[in-house]
Amino acid sequence: MKLGFYPGCSLEGSSREYNESLQAIAPVLGLEFAEVPDWNCCGASAAHSLNHKLALALPARVLALAEQAGLEELLVPCSACLSRMAATRHQLLQDPDLRRQISSIIELPLAGRTRVLSVLEVLGRCATDGLKQKVRQPFGRKVACYYGCYLTRPTAIAPCKHPEDPQEMDELMRAVGAEPIDWAFKVECCGAGFSISRLETVAELSGRIVEDAAHRGAEAIVVACPMCHTNLDLRRSAIERRLGRKYSIPVLYVSQVIGLTLGLSPRQLGLHRHAVPVRFAERPAAAVPAEQAALQAAGQKED
Amino acid sequence: MSGSSQHTAHRQGLATEVQEATGESVLKCYQCGKCTAGCPLAAEADHSPNQILRLLQLGLPELEEQALRSLSIWLCLTCETCAARCPQEVDLPRIMEYLRQESLRRGLVHPKAKDILAFHESFLDSIRKGGRLHEVGLIAGYKLRTLHLLQDVLVAPRLLKRGKLKLLPHSIPGRAAVRRLFERTAAPREERT
Repeated sequence: MKLGFYPGCSLEGSSREYNESLQAIAPVLGLEFAEVPDWNCCGASAAHSLNHKLALALPARVLALAEQAGLEELLVPCSACLSRMAATRHQLLQDPDLRRQISSIIELPLAGRTRVLSVLEVLGRCATDGLKQKVRQPFGRKVACYYGCYLTRPTAIAPCKHPEDPQEMDELMRAVGAEPIDWAFKVECCGAGFSISRLETVAELSGRIVEDAAHRGAEAIVVACPMCHTNLDLRRSAIERRLGRKYSIPVLYVSQVIGLTLGLSPRQLGLHRHAVPVRFAERPAAAVPAEQAALQAAGQKED
Repeated sequence: MSGSSQHTAHRQGLATEVQEATGESVLKCYQCGKCTAGCPLAAEADHSPNQILRLLQLGLPELEEQALRSLSIWLCLTCETCAARCPQEVDLPRIMEYLRQESLRRGLVHPKAKDILAFHESFLDSIRKGGRLHEVGLIAGYKLRTLHLLQDVLVAPRLLKRGKLKLLPHSIPGRAAVRRLFERTAAPREERT
């Protein structure tokens, strides 16, 4: 499957392991990425907070460049970028006058042909396309699938169908032998862009998420957004200060979990770049969940 | 916006201005409070989300100014929980976005929102320069604006060790086009905040 690819700024810097893990699993899953030439920042919450027109023009330029490069579908792994791209496309398709205006601001023609896809949609396709058969080591751990805001809302453009109890990531995790738990914070906000300007707010909001996941017995939190990862992982010490206790539960990108089950090395997947060490408790063989045992049996059969 | 239309806008009230700019009517809200029940920042905010709408519903200039001076409009994270749950389908995040821009334009930004504003402005400065966000440049710009010089000094070495800090910015070939894009979308301001 050949797809356009928009990494976005976080994946080039503080969330490079998200990019590394995606690039590592792509060839195994038969995915081929074509990066949008000359791409710019989507403007994120800053443009969205201060200047509506700028918040449309920045993502519109990326969409126009993707269109110019003949990319019909564009994978946007960062869910904040994804939301800005999808919201812009949605608004410009509904309002031809605005589209013409933005097109002249960005100095590029823009029809809105390129569709944007989340990592969950792309990996979901892989799941129906033989991902299970490629799993070499089922994950076999209880995971809290954390969707946050942008994968579930606004409902008109979000990739997940149900805004209160999305299942897309849960299904993906089941496909690779993980056991998604039922929990209360899967679509709550982590504090997003306040990681620098209001760290205490982030510590409070992200703290509730980490606390609930840990108390319900999850062994890892799985995310698909660099901002969620930064707040739950890099900001763990601020969370622990606020909650007055330690939490060792690691936070993995969905692509890292899949990479591990495909047999890729932790280093290839960038697990060494996390602030919270990715370590799991040893478990006796008897405690291996039934689903994992079934998966292993199925895998052996195919060999 | 021209001087005469500003005058008209002021007379016809902020609710009408909101409707013209966003297509959203604050009168749809019947104050059920569901937005506030789900808002992650309602506890920290000076006005709850439904109160912000109420301040606009009554059409009184002093209440409208209260909304524009509030901290709440800056605390809104655009998490979209309110919009997803509103029985009247009021797009409150879009209204909040408009109110922030108007608050900035009229120079009414809440003093406690200055760090948030400094972050957003440093962020946009970084994109304006090179076309992409340079995280180190963003943090440097933010520290200079806010004088929070010691914040995160312990986090930086850890990031560097993990290969997550890119010290030099990456400028895209189309950065001149991005700069022109910024100029064409620049929002007017009545006074500096």
